[in-house]
Amino acid sequence: MKFVSAIIKPFKLDEVREGLSAIGVNGLTVTEVKGFGRQKGHTELYRGAEYVVDFLPKVKVEVAVADELLEQAIEAIEKAANTGKIGDGKIFVFDLQHVVRIRTGETGDAAL
Amino acid sequence: MMKKLLAACTLAAALFGAAPVWAEEVASAPVASEAVAAPAVADASATVAAPAASEAAAAAAPAPVLSKADNGWIMVCAALVILMSIPGLAMFYGGLVRSKNMLSVLAQVLAVFALISVLWVLYGYSLAFTSSNAVIGGLSKALLAGVTPASLADTFTADVKISEFTFVAFQGAFAAITCALIVGAFAERVKFTAVLVFVALWFTFSYTPIAHMVWFTEGYLFKDGALDFAGGTVVHINAAVAGLVGAYFVGKRVGYGREAMTPHSLTMTMIGASLLWFGWFGFNAGSALEANGTAALAFVNTWVATAAATLSWLFAEWLLKGKPSLLGAASGAIAGLVVITPAAGLVGVGGALIMGLIGGIAGLWGVHSLKRMLNVDDSLDVFGVHGVCGIIGALLTGVFAAPSLGGMGAETFSIASQLKIQGLSVLITIVWSGVVSVVIFGILKATIGLRVKEDEEREGLDVTSHGEKAYNM
Repeated sequence: MKFVSAIIKPFKLDEVREGLSAIGVNGLTVTEVKGFGRQKGHTELYRGAEYVVDFLPKVKVEVAVADELLEQAIEAIEKAANTGKIGDGKIFVFDLQHVVRIRTGETGDAAL
Repeated sequence: MMKKLLAACTLAAALFGAAPVWAEEVASAPVASEAVAAPAVADASATVAAPAASEAAAAAAPAPVLSKADNGWIMVCAALVILMSIPGLAMFYGGLVRSKNMLSVLAQVLAVFALISVLWVLYGYSLAFTSSNAVIGGLSKALLAGVTPASLADTFTADVKISEFTFVAFQGAFAAITCALIVGAFAERVKFTAVLVFVALWFTFSYTPIAHMVWFTEGYLFKDGALDFAGGTVVHINAAVAGLVGAYFVGKRVGYGREAMTPHSLTMTMIGASLLWFGWFGFNAGSALEANGTAALAFVNTWVATAAATLSWLFAEWLLKGKPSLLGAASGAIAGLVVITPAAGLVGVGGALIMGLIGGIAGLWGVHSLKRMLNVDDSLDVFGVHGVCGIIGALLTGVFAAPSLGGMGAETFSIASQLKIQGLSVLITIVWSGVVSVVIFGILKATIGLRVKEDEEREGLDVTSHGEKAYNM
């Protein structure tokens, strides 16, 4: 099992969710986050005070998938979240050791 | 309130027998006519001014009657001016601070409004609007002694009277918003107790004397011929100087210049600015004290000067800083309202447009360049907007009131001599409010202290001073 954590542009969330659903992903977790990468921040000016905003708002999508679904999942996210511009985000993949479905006590792939 | 345009004019009419007018019935009366005063544009033919009260004796004439239309209009205006403080000013200021200090600003504005309202009826009205000397009134109307439903207050037309209660409320609303304006200068770090004690003392020693000097018939600046239709000196310069002094005494916010101190909701600031503009129609047009043509002129000027200032700030900022910001436009609106306040019923619409354009640019300069020069953390730019535009408005009133420029001044109006008078009234207000503020802030700093502890400031005044949060989401 793999754990995929993708940082994407906020307005791409719906497309990413649809792409993942289409390949059979049954659930995911979304968090609003801030961060910086190569995309530059912007400047805000309030009357005389100027502030450089380095941290831009992004959305973090986390999803756990069976090993055989990994490539498709990465491809789905990549395809949906791509705009071709700096700031599209990144996809991180981790090995996932264990999963438990709390309601039934199922574990492993059965719990995904 | 007002100013006297043709200064000498009208009260006199009464004297001349013209009619009627002032026979106050002995019983309920002596109270009333001292209240306001004079004549603005009304009666150019009369000369000489005479204190109203003396008229009482004029026997034979019929008793003056309250004008229901004018009285009704001014009551509505008083409520509009109250709307400017709460929620207008509170929301305008509240949106500009960080979310952790939102409630502290709302609480300060609301509490100051309430406190000054109470002090106004206890003794403020009496100190501002009764006879004593040219600088301050007496205590003869403390607790509104002698003011009854039958008491009448003068307007600018000899035979037109409104209820003195209406006048008390209208003026009280001005006093309250003036004091509430000050809190923007030291928002986000000031101690709540210090705010309350300061405004109570400042109201007593600076607001009431300045109001008396400028707006009471026997006041020094009124007699001097200073023009201040709705409160450029009394309200804006007066409050702005107190704010500036306060910002110096309280000190800069922790992290000022290093950490981001971005407004937490410009949406609220926009709503607040709009409510201020709406309420300002009561403030300026109501200052005619009658529902007449002068009020309508003030109404139109309050509308278009503000629009002009909104545009001039917006475009100047666009040009100089690259983007046209909403905060710039909203600040421009306030700048325009401030600049036209002393001139509202005294200048023509063309003059108002020019004053507005100048006001917007001046405000932009005030919050950008001047603020840096002063090296002070006037958090919400009370001095940059109200001080700068208040001063410019007071001076330009002396220019655009000239009939040659479309103003309502008398034929004999001289821009040069009026500017001198306007300059003197500005100077007196700055020095008076400045000295009073330095003394009060100095005493408070040495005794109860002016600001909260540093860790409380970092955590936010909402939780540490008031025990609540604006947003529980």
